[in-house]
Amino acid sequence: MTVAGGGWETVIGLETHVQLRTASKMFCGCSAAFGAPPNTNVCPVCLGLPGALPVPNEQALKLAVRAALALGCTLHPKSVFARKNYFYPDLPKGYQISQFEQPLATQGALSYVSPERGLTTATIVRLHVEEDAGKSLHDRFPKETAIDLNRCGVPLIEIVTGPDFRSPPEARRYLQTLKQVLEYAGISDCDMEKGSLRVDANVSVRRAGATALGTKTEVKNINSFAYVEKALTVERDRQIALLEGGGVVEQQTLLYDSKTNGVRPQRSKEQSHDYRYFPDPDLPPLALTEEFIAQQQAQLPELPATKRERFMTQYALSVNDADVLTGDRAVADYYEAVVHAGADAKLAANWVINEVLADAKTHDEQLRVPPGALAQLIGLVRGGTLSQQAAKRVFAEVAERGGEPRNVAEALGVVQVGDSGVVAGWVTEVLGAHPQEVVRYKQGETKLMPFFVGQVMKVSRGKADPKLAQRILEEKLAA
Amino acid sequence: MSDPGEALASAKAAADRIVRAKRLNACLTPPKELRQSLTKQAQAAHPSGVLYGMPVAVKDNICTLEFTTTCGSRILEGYRSPYEATAVAKLKAAGALIAGKTNCDEFGMGSSTEHSTYGRTLHPFDKTRVPGGSSGGSAALVAAGAVPAGLGSETGGSVRQPASFCGIVGIKPTYGRVSRSGLVAFGSSLDQIGVFGRSVHDAARVLSVISGRDPRDSTCEARDSLRLPTVPESLQGFVIGIPKEYFPPDLAPAVRRACDRAIRLLKELGAAVREVSLPHTQYAVPTYYIIAPAEASSNLARYDGARYGPRFDGARDVRALYRTTRGEGFGPEVRRRILVGTYVLSSGYYDAYYRRAQQMRALIAQDFRNVFDRGVDLLFTPTTPTPAFKAGEKLADPVAMYLSDIFVVTANLAGLPAMSLPIGRVKGLPIGGQLIGQAFLEDEMIEAAYALERVVPAAQDA
Repeated sequence: MTVAGGGWETVIGLETHVQLRTASKMFCGCSAAFGAPPNTNVCPVCLGLPGALPVPNEQALKLAVRAALALGCTLHPKSVFARKNYFYPDLPKGYQISQFEQPLATQGALSYVSPERGLTTATIVRLHVEEDAGKSLHDRFPKETAIDLNRCGVPLIEIVTGPDFRSPPEARRYLQTLKQVLEYAGISDCDMEKGSLRVDANVSVRRAGATALGTKTEVKNINSFAYVEKALTVERDRQIALLEGGGVVEQQTLLYDSKTNGVRPQRSKEQSHDYRYFPDPDLPPLALTEEFIAQQQAQLPELPATKRERFMTQYALSVNDADVLTGDRAVADYYEAVVHAGADAKLAANWVINEVLADAKTHDEQLRVPPGALAQLIGLVRGGTLSQQAAKRVFAEVAERGGEPRNVAEALGVVQVGDSGVVAGWVTEVLGAHPQEVVRYKQGETKLMPFFVGQVMKVSRGKADPKLAQRILEEKLAA
Repeated sequence: MSDPGEALASAKAAADRIVRAKRLNACLTPPKELRQSLTKQAQAAHPSGVLYGMPVAVKDNICTLEFTTTCGSRILEGYRSPYEATAVAKLKAAGALIAGKTNCDEFGMGSSTEHSTYGRTLHPFDKTRVPGGSSGGSAALVAAGAVPAGLGSETGGSVRQPASFCGIVGIKPTYGRVSRSGLVAFGSSLDQIGVFGRSVHDAARVLSVISGRDPRDSTCEARDSLRLPTVPESLQGFVIGIPKEYFPPDLAPAVRRACDRAIRLLKELGAAVREVSLPHTQYAVPTYYIIAPAEASSNLARYDGARYGPRFDGARDVRALYRTTRGEGFGPEVRRRILVGTYVLSSGYYDAYYRRAQQMRALIAQDFRNVFDRGVDLLFTPTTPTPAFKAGEKLADPVAMYLSDIFVVTANLAGLPAMSLPIGRVKGLPIGGQLIGQAFLEDEMIEAAYALERVVPAAQDA
């Protein structure tokens, strides 16, 4: 919803730092891997030793350009690395190499499905390349801070949106979509827990209908997708309460604390730097040739938004179904494989969204039933060999132990029974067991029919052909 | 030289000469450590190298594995680099011996080698005078005959100015000709390793060895190493420009006389000499003193006592560690430049200072291109306005000190190759003449220097 409380509109912009999926760091050959023992992936360059110089990692530049292309940005033929100067123990050079006046790319857009407004576009104001800082560990030794410089120099891109989001869930959905795109294109792992995707949010509120932006605050330290919505909601509510109480919002940087689900101001020492940006004289301007850009374009796979639209037209799916199926590249590929194996597109969508993804969720994101087997299973339901209920059992069995759905169904004894004599036996049993419902039905309460069918399915343990059962039920109850 | 015994003898003799020159305070390496290392290096040196057995003294802001690298600063006292500069690695690969680390103005900031925490270096011919700087230690050792060649570094004339003061040859190559990897940064867009030699040939062959591409420096051009020219018979076909801005009315008369004599000799060698103008020259020193400190303020941010080097106090909190370490570890000239650099990069001042200085730098570079585009091959100027000045003379007046580099900073701002060679003396003090060449045409510049060196009476009063 766009209005919280009485007539307030929330305005959110996001700055996302994404770690590029490279083997080595941005400006040296050290491994960029997460989780190595502290200070083992380091060298004179990333330690900022006297005399050491940065040399750009070409793979990182390729991935950054692909990210810019995937987000529809204008790539600049010339961009400039700049130094962002500040003192901090986990920043060994005393500056971070980033981009400032002349970023790699500007003016992009990412369309996503807003939970409130449907298909919406977020503007990407800029996308630039930079290096990560190290980590200060405050909990390793009592009263002392330890420094781990393994992360120092790991390649990042920063993606800055306009003030485009109107609610915390919308901001979250944008982030999920961004993550999808970057994962699709192999640009980043986007793992918030490992810090390979980090987000800072600018939040302000204004009276509904107002056009001027309210005073914003910056919320940092949001380190999981679940907290994005919580942190933004907390801050939005804080601002509204403040304004409704006659106060004013102070422009400041806030840290989100997930334990208390609250925000607190960053200590004054930690903020209001004059970063003294200037072009890094150690690095020539980054020149991109049209040929290089074209090569990176060619490396991009079909992206989620394109795929979503194609799924909607090609398979006649709703925007929501298409959105779910294209959310993950592996799932989209799986779905298409099921359809190509002969399954009805709409039925396949239902199966993948309901059964396959539910199963994957509890099994380490594995898509355990092969696409061919699922297609066969869908065919068995459509042809009347299996009831929907029985098919779910077969699905679970195939997921667990493998095998051909047809054989598994037979082994489980759940193949639908179309013999009217046998089904009539189950009908008789059901009617005998529910005399009161029979009376009510006969008095005109025909909506009880699904109940009787359900009971037949139950006593037949899912084997009865439900259509046949209904016909026999109607005959007998009419008698 | 290719006999291993000769390399050992060369190493021992060099060590003896350097130790005998101890009174100059030019070499920072303790004698015992120097002898041991030189012996070890001579034994390991590859006999097929083009500089086999040649001792080369190295300025202490260039990283070496053999010795500490202190940059003349207390903040790097005892610092040992875990890697060596590309230039040093190339010297060693060519069989040269690293003959100790030489004194310099702290982080290269100075023109007299007085701003070193390890004391000032003396002029080899007059102990009351300075050898120039910041690479004064290497210059003094070469001039004293202790080593045939040395490495220095330039940000704004720190090789050519001491070469001029000490009466030796000093070459600053084109920006990007020699890798800066392992050269401790001062002003990264200006910094370049340079060489000293007793002769043009000694300096040039060392430059040839250390030049060339390096994957560890993005600003180093992907070019092969410099090819040495042969000594020319004449300078027929050379057009040498004399920029009038480099001959101001207050130029020391002896310097003017020495230059006039050198210009006459260049003509006699067959060169066409013509007066040219570089109209933005007067802005070079102020431009330099914005850009170099700006870059320095950022480059020197890493010396905070947190990871290496001495740590002063800092037990209380990290801000106190920074304040005390940097306050006590840096000398006054370095602190002054960090403050200036921080100021000119600050928001609100950036456009007025740093951005305008960059614009002026582009105009200064354009001045040179305009002259070279009109058929001039090389420029000839005095290297410094005066011979070596007295120790202490300019310490109280930083601007007077800065102005001693007035003729040399332009080549750094424009990224051009330039060199100083002795062209005469006044009262026993050497006078240097400067050649400024076109980007990556060091060979032409060296050719002209070869020719002039042969005919100029460098040891005679002008």
